[in-house]
Amino acid sequence: MAADEKVIVADKLTKRFGDFIATNEITFEVSKGEIFGFLGANGAGKTTAMRMLCGLSAPTSGNAQIAGYDIYSQTELIKKNIGYMSQKFSLYENLTILENIEFFGGIYGLTDQQIKVKTEELVNRLGLKSEAKKLVGSLPLGWKQKLSFSVAVLHEPKIVFLDEPTGGVDPVTRRQFWDLIYEAADRGITIFVTTHYMDEAEYCNRISIMVDGRLEVLDTPANLKRSFGVGTMDEVFYQLARSAKRGD
Amino acid sequence: MKQFISFVRKEFYHVLRDRRTLLILFGMPIAQILLFGFALTNEVKDSEILVVDYAKDAASQQVITRIGASRYFKIRKAALTHKEILATFQTGKIKAVLVFPANFNEDLLRSNKAQIQIITDAIDINTANMITNYMSAIILDYQNQISENLKIPYQITAETRMLYNPQLKGAHGFVPGVMALVLMLVSVMMTAISIVKEKETGTMEILLVSPFKPVMVIFAKAFPYLILSLVNVTAILLLSVFVLDLPVKGSVPLLFAESTLFIITCLALGIFISIKTDSQQVAMLISLMGMLLPTMMFSGFLFPIENMPLALQIISNIVPSKWYYIIVKSIMIKGLGISALWKETLILLGMTLFLLGVSLKSFKIRLQ
Repeated sequence: MAADEKVIVADKLTKRFGDFIATNEITFEVSKGEIFGFLGANGAGKTTAMRMLCGLSAPTSGNAQIAGYDIYSQTELIKKNIGYMSQKFSLYENLTILENIEFFGGIYGLTDQQIKVKTEELVNRLGLKSEAKKLVGSLPLGWKQKLSFSVAVLHEPKIVFLDEPTGGVDPVTRRQFWDLIYEAADRGITIFVTTHYMDEAEYCNRISIMVDGRLEVLDTPANLKRSFGVGTMDEVFYQLARSAKRGD
Repeated sequence: MKQFISFVRKEFYHVLRDRRTLLILFGMPIAQILLFGFALTNEVKDSEILVVDYAKDAASQQVITRIGASRYFKIRKAALTHKEILATFQTGKIKAVLVFPANFNEDLLRSNKAQIQIITDAIDINTANMITNYMSAIILDYQNQISENLKIPYQITAETRMLYNPQLKGAHGFVPGVMALVLMLVSVMMTAISIVKEKETGTMEILLVSPFKPVMVIFAKAFPYLILSLVNVTAILLLSVFVLDLPVKGSVPLLFAESTLFIITCLALGIFISIKTDSQQVAMLISLMGMLLPTMMFSGFLFPIENMPLALQIISNIVPSKWYYIIVKSIMIKGLGISALWKETLILLGMTLFLLGVSLKSFKIRLQ
């Protein structure tokens, strides 16, 4: 982890919808190659924050640089340098694995040659050689999620945003999924991940927890547990979430 | 450009892999053309009519022979009283009764004034009208012929000519109607559904996060349906020329150009619906109720607009398919060119630009 290069810099980032402050002056930095956990109860403002960071929605106030680009004026450049995978499954079910890779490679502007190399690499890494021409809809969920992640980092983005990527997946597959995440982080891709699974939170380098639109804490899992005087991330999260006034 | 091609290719995979979509796309136009062409015809063919001839003279015989010779009627003869005639109608088998009073020939020759009674079953108004028209025409024809022999002066006869469609083929009116209907269905409904589907499955977010421009996403989604709609237009025209024997009198390129314009109108509508809705069901319902029904009712395809109350006539003007229907009808059947249709074309163009503008604007608002 190269501690000096910051790929996400958020400064008092705020989003209001009328009177409602979805995200209230959040400030944080994420380094290159870091696995950054972004936690919070439902309705805490995670999704809104993430949408702003991805360039999907403009902040009401505050500043942010993503991969060195300004969140207001350079969204096109930001989009070229990030990958995204949502909690909803994000590949096309009635396309084959190959066609999905081809499509996403295509809209990220990869050349045919690059797509070919990447496809080969990806299919081998996931051990999907014999399934490559099957429709994605026929694959088990765990494979779909792994595939979905691999497609999200196909264009070697600087940052990949994962919005509850492992929802509904069994623990073994989740573990394998995290192996992929570590591999990507080793290649220098920054991982920005939201999750509700506290065992996954432990896998992150650093964790932030949002409560009612504010960024309440930000530290390594070990430090958080120590400062709250508890043994598990579960308890840290519970203590914080209990103070929340906003529900779903 | 490469991005665009990747996108369009993906879109074609979607369409070609979904059997239901394919069925709607290509099965429906063919089924509609064949149904309207052969089954749902409102022509009167071989209608059974009952002739009650109290005259039994030369004149009545000649009229009966003429009517029987036409392909519209099949004649049954019976001598019935008025009551019995009513009873026969109730069986529903005969469509009309033709009654010659006694002394028909006599009246014709002596007083120059003879009467024939035509009784029709007016529950089905269209059929009844058509039968009376056909019969009157045949009788008039006969009358003209005998008057010629008699050389009676100062007689006014109305000569009826059915312009553009002398055989009164039903197909003439409905082919342009089916075209408007099918294009509405394919371009509005299927485009709306396919865009909303991306929203439902969550893939829309992935697309919006990608460097592919949001507006391009919309265009790339709509483009395949433009192609498919043009394929549909071609299929309908081929069917109409080769199966229904209805040639295109005007310019085919003009017809395609106007169709493309109308398709773009529909696509803009479909895009607009897709931006305003979040579920495939809602998108489908709005397309069906909001687009398909007005097309059926207000395009003039099933119901003549001239006969509607003024308020509805005014409403009909905002239905794009009305203008397209007029254009197609004029080109296909009357063989008119752009010089006669520039007004309708401009109206359609205006609607297209307006809808595209509104769609793009609401799309941008939505993105914020």
